[in-house]
Amino acid sequence: MSGVEKVYGGTGLSASQVEDGSIFVEHDALDCEYTWDAGVAIGRYLQELKNGRIIGRECDECRRILVPPRMFCEICWRPNDRWVYVKDTGTVNTFSICYVNWDASRIEPGHPPHLPAVIELDGATKMIGIMHILGEVDPQAIKIGMKVKAVWKPEEERTGAITDIKYFKPY
Amino acid sequence: MRKVAVVGAGMTKFVRRALETPKELSFEATKAALDSCEMKLEDIECVAHGSAPDAFDGIHQKGEYLADGCGGWNKPTMRVFNGGATGVHAVCHGWYHVASGMFDTCLVVCEEKMSNAMPHAQGFFLTIFDHITERPLYPNLLWIFAMEMNRYMEAYGYTKEDMAIAGALIKNHALNHPAAQLTEKVTVEDILNSEPMAYPVYRLDVSPVSDGAVAVVLASEKVARRLTDKPVWIEGVGWNVDTSYWTNKDLYYPRYLEVAAKMAYDMAGIREPHKEINIAEPYDPFNYKALHHMEGLQLSPRGKTVELLRDGHFDLDGEIPMCPSGGLLGVGNPIAAAGTVKIAELFYQLRGEAGKRQVPGDPRLGVAHAWGDLMQASSVVVMGK
Ligand SMILES: [Zn+2]
Repeated sequence: MSGVEKVYGGTGLSASQVEDGSIFVEHDALDCEYTWDAGVAIGRYLQELKNGRIIGRECDECRRILVPPRMFCEICWRPNDRWVYVKDTGTVNTFSICYVNWDASRIEPGHPPHLPAVIELDGATKMIGIMHILGEVDPQAIKIGMKVKAVWKPEEERTGAITDIKYFKPY
Repeated sequence: MRKVAVVGAGMTKFVRRALETPKELSFEATKAALDSCEMKLEDIECVAHGSAPDAFDGIHQKGEYLADGCGGWNKPTMRVFNGGATGVHAVCHGWYHVASGMFDTCLVVCEEKMSNAMPHAQGFFLTIFDHITERPLYPNLLWIFAMEMNRYMEAYGYTKEDMAIAGALIKNHALNHPAAQLTEKVTVEDILNSEPMAYPVYRLDVSPVSDGAVAVVLASEKVARRLTDKPVWIEGVGWNVDTSYWTNKDLYYPRYLEVAAKMAYDMAGIREPHKEINIAEPYDPFNYKALHHMEGLQLSPRGKTVELLRDGHFDLDGEIPMCPSGGLLGVGNPIAAAGTVKIAELFYQLRGEAGKRQVPGDPRLGVAHAWGDLMQASSVVVMGK
């Protein structure tokens, strides 16, 4: 015997069958709340973002400067060695022009697309980047390899969060 | 380690929203797999099952919840879970239950029900990103795929049309898969003209969202030879995980997959996979992913994959047919179950039972792959007859 040419289980439903009550469903909206400790490395990272600077950690064994910082090197698997400031300028390693919000809804007509990018930071090791978004740029003009610079929130608005950088813009 | 065979396979239809619960889907697939090799649950000594994030179902400890449907009652039963890599990893997991000598038979069952999550399962992917350094930017899964695709195309000068050719090839194989969600032919133009979602990703570059379950039955050599004249052997298994700091590496090449594949090929005694493998089922949630993974699986030289694709190298009658099942792109993508479809496909193909999808020329060796987490995890199984 084999699985070929057999009758398969599984019954497809249409969206209307769910909406019109012709099948039984149970609905719940979970409201999950958390308070996450930022930890040793990211705690300092956030403090420095609040100060308008980007900080990483250097590992003397692999010679990498790591951003986001961590207190141990996952490759050498040892405590790494020191804090190092990197620049708030960098290079677009890759990017997207996104018309979909985080929950799969489409962006409002007339709303500019989301412009996520991986930005390799000057002063960090080659290929060490962070995810952020681009701004003050024509989406069609974005290129891999483009030089960009952080645009910070005004000091009094910074809270110690990745969003203390509003976006990166070409310079 | 003992030899382990796949002796049976079964699955549900893949649909956008299934009437059946996760347990019921698991039961349907498990029953079909046991029926396919004329076995009863009492012949099964242990159960290895897989399902991806609990958040999709909103049911924590989903492993224990699903176990009843998977035939797990009163048996050694254990769930594995590493995102999209689960569907093939669960088979690695089942393999060592039998290879170790502890058990002679093992059921492997993978299930996913994506439709429970409202309004769309996509929203739950927000929580796979780093909760402090990334999530406040409200990323979605398309961002990261789009950025990997962009980086991959840039590295070799591949175009969106190149990627769409791969997508159309795979999707149309699914028209011959009786469990497939996709039922209409898709052209390269259809893909290129579909809705831009996250450049360079357009709507038809992506696999559909699905509910479904797949099961396979594993047996030791002694039991397998008693059950069937056509056992399909698990020749090698491998898995690997890269750093979760996904912005600290170059996304153009999946190095962790190379390591996982080499682990599996070494076990199988394969030195030149591009010459020895007859069928490839690379993980294909997006069309570029299939090509990216052919390179990681060492089945195509880096940067030459599009040339081979355009030359028909990966067609059903080519040198290494790619995703003859129809893949995630065509059969559908119920996360964990999507990888196990690839195991089932090699089982059918290597037994010569794949119907209209049958790869010609008496294929002897195939590789199945699944991938997941933050551009990070891969699991690989090599199967032969
Ligand atoms: Zn190091």
